Amino acid sequence: MSYEYPDARGHFGQYGGRYVAETLMPALLELEQAYVEVRNDPEFQKEVDYYLNHYVGRPSPLYFAERLTAELGGAKVYLKREDLNHTGAHKVNNTVGQILLARRMGKKKVIAETGAGQHGVATATVAALFGMECEIFMGTEDIRRQSLNVFRMKLLGAKVTGVTSGTATLKDAMNDALRHWVAHVRDTFYVIGTVAGPHPYPMMVRDFQAVIGIEAKEQILAAEGCLPDVAVACIGGGSNAIGLFYPFIGDSQVGLLGVEAAGLGIETGKHAASLGAGSPGVLHGNKTSLLQDADGQIQHAHSISAGLDYPGVGPEHAHLHDIKRACYVAVTDDEALAAFRKLTEIEGIIPALETAHAIAQVIKMAPSMSPDQIILVCLSGRGDKDINTVAQAMKVEL
Amino acid sequence: MSRLQHTFAELNKRGEAALIPFITAGDPSPQRTLDLIRTLAAAGADVIELGVPFSDPMADGPTIQAASERALAAGTTLKTVLDIVAQARRELQIPLVLMGYYNPVFRYGVECFARDAMAAGVDGLLLVDLPPEEMAEIKPMTDAVGLPLITLLAPTTPLERAKRLAAAAEGYIYYVSMTGVTGTQAVSPAAIRDAVVQLKTLAQVPVAVGFGITTAADVQAVAEFADAVVVGSALVRIIGEHGSDEGLLDKVAAFTGSLKQGCKK
Ligand SMILES: Cc1ncc(COP(=O)(O)O)c(C=O)c1O
Repeated sequence: MSYEYPDARGHFGQYGGRYVAETLMPALLELEQAYVEVRNDPEFQKEVDYYLNHYVGRPSPLYFAERLTAELGGAKVYLKREDLNHTGAHKVNNTVGQILLARRMGKKKVIAETGAGQHGVATATVAALFGMECEIFMGTEDIRRQSLNVFRMKLLGAKVTGVTSGTATLKDAMNDALRHWVAHVRDTFYVIGTVAGPHPYPMMVRDFQAVIGIEAKEQILAAEGCLPDVAVACIGGGSNAIGLFYPFIGDSQVGLLGVEAAGLGIETGKHAASLGAGSPGVLHGNKTSLLQDADGQIQHAHSISAGLDYPGVGPEHAHLHDIKRACYVAVTDDEALAAFRKLTEIEGIIPALETAHAIAQVIKMAPSMSPDQIILVCLSGRGDKDINTVAQAMKVEL
Repeated sequence: MSRLQHTFAELNKRGEAALIPFITAGDPSPQRTLDLIRTLAAAGADVIELGVPFSDPMADGPTIQAASERALAAGTTLKTVLDIVAQARRELQIPLVLMGYYNPVFRYGVECFARDAMAAGVDGLLLVDLPPEEMAEIKPMTDAVGLPLITLLAPTTPLERAKRLAAAAEGYIYYVSMTGVTGTQAVSPAAIRDAVVQLKTLAQVPVAVGFGITTAADVQAVAEFADAVVVGSALVRIIGEHGSDEGLLDKVAAFTGSLKQGCKK
């Protein structure tokens, strides 16, 4: 299968593109040109690899979850351990790449939006590493539920700016980060944390995250001598998922399964299933599948996990959905919480609540698969940041 | 000649710059917007920009964000905005330009929207987040009905790009006077003068300047070199503060009248 996306104008089929105000257009064109240059520059790639190996701790292990597999009694479950990266999630793969690009471009300041705070922490971390000024935009609702990460960012020297507009979550943080960028575009690099935003971000973030799938492919071939039957990942904006999927897109025997947040249940309207229950629209610089009303107003997303609480999804996922190369399902807050506890209890791995959505899907599907089949899951992050939320859901006072 | 062309030609004869007030349609209510349009027209506005409210106004500062929220809370949809235009058009000849974000238009269906907008009496469309790179997806539909697509240019636009965009511009060019979102910084007329004067030599259509113009003195300074001056946040702030007061229309009329004084050379 030949798969060459995005096209020269940043479109993935009918999705993607650059839907931004003129003030930002020149900056996006400059960024695209700078990125195209480093993409084919072995020196830049060497630099990225150096920091991924020695600073982030890559390659991350591929771990056979023996007890989970036995308990589910079906397919073998392999976990790609992005939780073991420095800062505890896949997000740092992308921030290392983007900050090295920002340095090449001579930018002195970086900004980022964050939901769960993982991308904010990953950005603040590399900003500290390279001595750059850093400001993080975060919804006040997320500041409340992710207070641990807020403090981490401050310790790392970042300024954390609370965003109160709209739902005070990830969508609104991205609005304010874009507004700030419009006003400071000449000296500021915007480090977008997922495969959303205007071109070239969805392509660039995908490329930086593809290390997940590239390593996992090699590791599973070494461990099992064959490719997995299905690769599973949770979907907020879709960066850990595309990072895992991308190197497998040409391997048509490998199923690709994205897991969105069903929140309180799709039927309640309180969910974040932008692909499963959305429609095409334009937000944050790209055309994609969105939660919106009949008048094109963006609707509120809901998920217990701050990192999935977003009414859109990366345009490449909308395209993979359209061409049926990937499938997308959704699991509820309760299912994610149960999976969070299960993985903690029987593998000794506390996953992020985002990641717990992917695990919940594995728990649903593995038993009906055969023991010679293989599920490859992206364990996108660790769950320390979610302890307060989980305690609250379990009605435990800390 | 279109209503927009006619308006600019008349002003040109008189040696006046156009005053273009911006208000958010539906703020504080659709009915009140109609009153505001009448008031603005009577007090000296030459063209009116009507903001189409959107849940995520990425290029707007807090003042217009709040107006957008008020309009949405009052139940304003794109269809409501077209109804307001149609009603105003029954009694007024003033050009009405819709300004907003692409998603509501995309959801409405571009082809239907272009047809309905023309039928309602809309004179131009400015979609902030639809740059020339993406315009091709709506241009055939707006061209088919003769609806001008207003182009934005910014201080960050390089000269070569500005030349290309200016040559292709329709209706008028909207020059964004500062690098930022609406209503957050004051314009510096001296700093943009050269850019605007140059732009006028590149364009076949009038050049309007907006973002950050809040006082009659600003208007006067900018009107010296621009064809039109847009005042948004300052007006929207008055509507935000006095939306439900009896005296709103008088306040808006007085403010608009003072701004228009600055347009006369
Ligand atoms: C651990 C973890 N997984 C997943 C996500 C969701 O983002 P994405 O879909 O871009 O991977 C987040 C976002 O904050 C996260 O922190």
